[in-house]
Amino acid sequence: MDPFKLVRAQTNAAAIAASTSQDTKFIAGGTNIIDLMKLYVETPKQLVDITGLNLNQIEAQPDGSIKIGALVKNSTLAYHPTIVKQYPVLSEALLSGASAQLRNMASVGGNLLQRPRCYYFYDTAFPCNKREPGTGCSAIPGYNRNHAVLGTTENCITTHPSDMCVAMAALGATIQVQSAKGVRNIAFNDFYIIPGKTPQYETILRPGELITSVTLPHLPFAAKSHYLKVRDRASYEFALTSAAVALDLSNGKINNSRIALGGVGTKPWRSLAAEKVLNGATANAQTFRAAADAAMAGAKPYQYNAFKIELAKRTIVRALETVGGMV
Amino acid sequence: MKKEEPNFPPQQLPSDTSRRSFLTKMAVAGAGLTLVPLMSPAAEKEVENTMVLPIEVNDVTLTINGQSHTLNLDTRVTLLDLLREKLLLMGTKKGCDHGQCGACTVLMNGNRINSCLMLAGLCHGAQITTVEGLANGDKLHPMQEAFIKYDGFQCGYCTPGQICSAVGLVKEGHAKTDAEIREAMSGNICRCGAYQNILSAIKEVQQQTA
Repeated sequence: MDPFKLVRAQTNAAAIAASTSQDTKFIAGGTNIIDLMKLYVETPKQLVDITGLNLNQIEAQPDGSIKIGALVKNSTLAYHPTIVKQYPVLSEALLSGASAQLRNMASVGGNLLQRPRCYYFYDTAFPCNKREPGTGCSAIPGYNRNHAVLGTTENCITTHPSDMCVAMAALGATIQVQSAKGVRNIAFNDFYIIPGKTPQYETILRPGELITSVTLPHLPFAAKSHYLKVRDRASYEFALTSAAVALDLSNGKINNSRIALGGVGTKPWRSLAAEKVLNGATANAQTFRAAADAAMAGAKPYQYNAFKIELAKRTIVRALETVGGMV
Repeated sequence: MKKEEPNFPPQQLPSDTSRRSFLTKMAVAGAGLTLVPLMSPAAEKEVENTMVLPIEVNDVTLTINGQSHTLNLDTRVTLLDLLREKLLLMGTKKGCDHGQCGACTVLMNGNRINSCLMLAGLCHGAQITTVEGLANGDKLHPMQEAFIKYDGFQCGYCTPGQICSAVGLVKEGHAKTDAEIREAMSGNICRCGAYQNILSAIKEVQQQTA
């Protein structure tokens, strides 16, 4: 690692004041940033230790929503009784990611901001528009089996790696951010961007902004939800494809639904098109397949990842069948 | 098995001829501390000029296996390197150094973590337990006993991490079935393939503590 100053922040305001430069990053669990710093992919001159801030609560709000502090550990969130009962898709997504040790270290805020796992991004010997804008994308002409088929551009095709984010995208969570200008709430889908003209960013967050919490909306039918993760290994690996789904069913008819995809998009991929096919339709294999087709419409295959399109459709169908009690 | 006292902080190094102590003597000679004449003065000067001294440092106080330490460290030092290089607690192993193998697993405030990705500077006020801290004098921890009873290791390199991880798993109290225990231990890999016996050891300890 390159040398860096380490400062401990006692308050949100102090953390924000210390972080206004591009060369400063927050550190909480450290499971992503330390990994990247050891490889010189990230080279901050200063780290602001925010582990002392008061952001570790999970609190039910009067309107039925659940506010989750940015410093809540992944493992704590995954096993929280309210999450397990009312938002099982989120618990399942968290538990499908990483290892127990990493889940004990990693914070919710850090999971939101985790950087991609493209091996060209990780290897400073290769050109990478995300690491160094303008140098080119090594994955497009390279070995791109793990890369995205949705939301790709000529600048970057890497998938967003988080499982938690796919579940939160499906649930329509809101991210609260504090800066010197005050507090703002950002819709989950607006927080993440596809790698258009600025592939170096995965989110709209800028220096001097601190994520303080994520809020899950009151969504009773989320109690009937599921996360299905498909990968080469049975555990401890990123998704080839994944689906976070929720169904509001009565008498075999779908009143409402949520679908978001992982492993295939350059951002956590909520699919309103798939939900439109489901809502009002009968819950059966044909409906699910039609929704899957809608979800993957416009997917662009690359040389080594064309299989993901069909695999993603089957992942969606299987996840819906599981929630619908049909498998 | 006699438990060796850890030698920290190293003021006077043991005069054995192991590679570790030879290299440490080189580093120590360069820093101008205890000198053992092994090179010419000119060569020693060259070592001193090429040594990387800490640039940014931080104070941290933490408790390791019940003993409190107050240290001034390069901010880049990970908990793993603090344990092994500074405090000579070499039970915890460096496997991948990137949080992917679990050989560096220790307990921090009772929770299992990968020490290779934990900055020492973020451990201010923490209670750390390493494999060296599991036994009670000459009395092994039940998990250590179980690993021996069920032959839960071959080369032993992943073993300290496996044992600490297993202790953490039992404390977490979530994994019950064989499949769940395997899943919960998926952050610890074993090239020798002792997995089946590790599973047996964990199940025995779970039954004991039930």
